[in-house]
Amino acid sequence: MENSQPQHTNRQYEEELRGLRAGLLKMGGLAERQIAEAIDSLVNRNTGQARETIERDVEVNRMDTEMDERCIRLLALHQPAASDLRFITTGLKITTDLERIGDNAVNICERAIELNQEPQLKPYIDIPRMAEIAQTMVKDSLDAFMRDDTTLAEEVIDRDDEVDQLNYQIYRELLSYMAEDPQTIPRATRILFVSKYLERIADHATNIAEMVVYMVKGRTIRHMEKKKP
Amino acid sequence: MPDKVIVRHLRASFNKVEALHDVSLNFAENRVTAIIGPSGCGKSTLVRCINRMHEVVPGASCTGDVILDGENIYAPAVDPVQVRRRIGMVFQKPTPFPTMSIEDNVAAGLKLNGITLARSDRDRLVEQSLKRAALWEEVKDRLGRPGASLSGGQQQRLCVARALAVEPEVLLMDEPCSALDPISTARIEELLLELKATYTIIIVTHNMQQAARCSDYTAFMYAGDLIEFGETRQIFTNPTRRETEDYITGRFG
Repeated sequence: MENSQPQHTNRQYEEELRGLRAGLLKMGGLAERQIAEAIDSLVNRNTGQARETIERDVEVNRMDTEMDERCIRLLALHQPAASDLRFITTGLKITTDLERIGDNAVNICERAIELNQEPQLKPYIDIPRMAEIAQTMVKDSLDAFMRDDTTLAEEVIDRDDEVDQLNYQIYRELLSYMAEDPQTIPRATRILFVSKYLERIADHATNIAEMVVYMVKGRTIRHMEKKKP
Repeated sequence: MPDKVIVRHLRASFNKVEALHDVSLNFAENRVTAIIGPSGCGKSTLVRCINRMHEVVPGASCTGDVILDGENIYAPAVDPVQVRRRIGMVFQKPTPFPTMSIEDNVAAGLKLNGITLARSDRDRLVEQSLKRAALWEEVKDRLGRPGASLSGGQQQRLCVARALAVEPEVLLMDEPCSALDPISTARIEELLLELKATYTIIIVTHNMQQAARCSDYTAFMYAGDLIEFGETRQIFTNPTRRETEDYITGRFG
């Protein structure tokens, strides 16, 4: 959008739109980092890192408020239309998804702190895999947003199934641990929660990707039955 | 809704310079259609062709068809005065006759159209027209005062009442709010929503938010061409033409 369209006659408006874009990009970067650090603190059993990550969530929340205010100011003062309107309303929704991603990272850290107090139940294999996919989905959905790239957005939406499958796989595996030895239940349920948080993060990335399709094409694809190959 | 006015292959010129290039579009009955576009794009020329006002300008001419209820208003046998009675017009600046009383202003169109009414019928028509123009409550106690004694917003509604008094079917409005403050503008816009139940309304406006607020359909014109026409909701959220997008988002060179 930025490269292909001429600039606005009103330069202040142009600046404010750029500011919003840059802010959302920065917030997205921060959310990605929060996921990565949360998973590291779990896998490497680093409680200190988990605590630092939890503290950093304040910054995600602060940016959420700031992005909201920017969007509301743009709507109130410039009465945007067409692609600008779709960009700003998309921004308004993306910021909420990013904030929730941050909250999920905090939840992962909380479970990590609890899990780190007990012996490790099993080596983490699927969780880091799932985290990597979820994190890439967040990154790609934001890249799609920045580049108006609906092909990339649709790839993100498709990849959500992979995360759902991993979530189910982890659930079944943990179920077998718990069935075999009830002693493992407190730890296994916590890992199960982590898996669920990652699944939610992937859902938020999917929301962002769906909004990108709306922003670029003006067409809503949310809440529609996914086409089966 | 059926189409009240159909414009086909309309070309309009001033002294052989073409200002409107082959414009075709339909105006739905009992709907508000807004025409937007930068200055000089031909939007005023288009509406002035619709009630045969364009041809009164020296050196002006046009070709093509304007069909009102299935009848071409440019057919040789058609009386332009009759066309202008059926298709009324409100202009940018309020144009009441300043020394004429409020009620005489409303009834002025009748005289011009050679209509004479009994006093009671005339009074009833004045009252009805002022009510439709949402001005009655403000002026009913001073109908004999001069038109110029009213505020700008009231004067514009007086002009609407004057246009309505001859019982037109179509109302053309050429930037009717550009000389009004926001409150008076809001009253005119509210009035449009009421009037469209009875009339077909075509409004030219520079104010894009006004078009977005009060029209059902929007036509975007540029350099004498009709670029895009569609439902207002679609034009303002997802226009199909690049030129429309650039104009309504304020990216015009």
